[in-house]
Amino acid sequence: MEILVCARRVPDTSENEIEMNSAGNDIERDDLVYSVNEPDNYAVEEALEIVERTGGIVTVVTVGGDDDEEILRREMAMGAKHGVLLSDDAFEGSDGRGIASILAAFVKKGHYDLILTGVQAEDGAAQVGGMLAALLDYPFASLVNAIEVQQGKLRISREIEGGNKEINEIDLPCVLSIQTGINEPRYVGMRGIRQVASVPIPTFDGPYLGVNGDKTGPAAAKVKRVDYFVPPMGKGAEMLVGSTAEIAEKLIGLLKAKGGLN
Amino acid sequence: MPRIFAYIVHKGGVADDSAAELAAAARRIDAAQSPTAVVTGWGADCDAVCESLRASFGEVWKIAIEALAYPNAELVRQALKNVLPAGCIVLVPHSHFGTDLSPGLSIKMNAAYVPDVVDIEGVTGAALRLVRQEFGGQVSAHVRCDISSGAVVTVRPGAFKPVASSAASGTVVDKSAAVSALTARRRYLETIAAETGDVDITKYPVLVSIGRGIGEPENVAIAQDLADALGAAVSCSRPVVDAKWMEKSRQVGSSGQTVKPKVYLACGISGSFQHLAGIKGNPFLVAINKNPNAPIFRVADVGITADILEFLPELTAKIRER
Repeated sequence: MEILVCARRVPDTSENEIEMNSAGNDIERDDLVYSVNEPDNYAVEEALEIVERTGGIVTVVTVGGDDDEEILRREMAMGAKHGVLLSDDAFEGSDGRGIASILAAFVKKGHYDLILTGVQAEDGAAQVGGMLAALLDYPFASLVNAIEVQQGKLRISREIEGGNKEINEIDLPCVLSIQTGINEPRYVGMRGIRQVASVPIPTFDGPYLGVNGDKTGPAAAKVKRVDYFVPPMGKGAEMLVGSTAEIAEKLIGLLKAKGGLN
Repeated sequence: MPRIFAYIVHKGGVADDSAAELAAAARRIDAAQSPTAVVTGWGADCDAVCESLRASFGEVWKIAIEALAYPNAELVRQALKNVLPAGCIVLVPHSHFGTDLSPGLSIKMNAAYVPDVVDIEGVTGAALRLVRQEFGGQVSAHVRCDISSGAVVTVRPGAFKPVASSAASGTVVDKSAAVSALTARRRYLETIAAETGDVDITKYPVLVSIGRGIGEPENVAIAQDLADALGAAVSCSRPVVDAKWMEKSRQVGSSGQTVKPKVYLACGISGSFQHLAGIKGNPFLVAINKNPNAPIFRVADVGITADILEFLPELTAKIRER
């Protein structure tokens, strides 16, 4: 099976506290640590495990610039055979639909049986996979937490409310968004990264892909983020302050009052 | 102003709570318009839902087709594409179903897509102004959406308070005949109920709940010590289960358990809306997090800025000293 995984480089929220800049219209981007969008690691791991069971090749693709090569190399160090960068100045400022259009054009250049994305990125939109499937006219399933390969189709489980699982059959080729926790993504060490450090990353632009400016960039974007802001705290929590011992005493008093401690 | 439709999620003949929330969200887009409900389904359940919605929607569009008896998003999307007029605004709850249906629906309808909206500020010309959250709720964003060719908007559950409607006494319009043959390239087979674990966290009045901040699987014992001292159980948020440090049955949230304790200690939990959706009954909520900007502090009753790995053992020791 030929599997394509769509990945993305994002600010790493486990490494940074996201704060507003001094102008109050954007997040503070100085000193942000970037890494691969964590859910995408689960998608790559799932692709690798499928290929280990049934044979095939895993390719990882991203839309971005030179800085984004690092996440392709990271996923190649996990075991992806190829990394591909889709890059063009005209792609900058695209909305979700623009990104999905670029990816769809790339998919049409190849012959993938299965396309995976992570469940969502830092913007919580969870949109590109479903859009990509619709543009390609492939079937789609979101929140997938188990995959079994069958003849010409997959048996998949979707995570629905209350931890219940919805079991479906889906025809290939298809697009799936992969839920975190589906597997345990393998560890990537510095040695693995070094081994793929000099592997060339093919880069494709808009003209090669046949993506026109009417689909990408800010002019085509129907949805635009105007600014970031932090809403007023409202009531908010009563913050306990003092030494650790003092805070613990205060909390014990509150827990007693609220029935948490006899 | 485009016509506004609300897609109604329902089960067992009863509309989901999101129906009234979507009606409220629709009025934030256009207060002058009575939104139209769209119901897909089959049989008596579908009829009962349509009937119940007449009180709060001006019109109820019924799409009753046997293949839609189970809400398979792949089929619902085709049906909506057949029935809904071009250029309309479609509201869908941002749930496991909404995220399955809606991105593709926006493409098929050639409409803009705005997911997981928490507030709506209004319409200026062809621009719908909305509010979303990013980075797990750490920051919000103003978003402008060009609605000149319509829009699909998913609405965060609980973000819009239902408003008392002036008894719309709407009419039910059967649109089933407008749907052409549905192709099922994804077929629903069955639903498997969540596994039950060793500890039933829904039975405990006090929960010590841990998140990513617990750091290492060995540190779960720190939370268990506190829970033992309090007579509580240890529950957790999604990252702890993803990392396989606790069983799925311990997870609180929309994709885990719904709990109603008296006291909930959120330890190293940032407070995503999916996690908060699993905490009901308005417990006394204590948040302990080393990130002073963690969204959990917005909803907690009491907050402590601290590293749980240092604070929890101290708290446990103080409780044991008593």
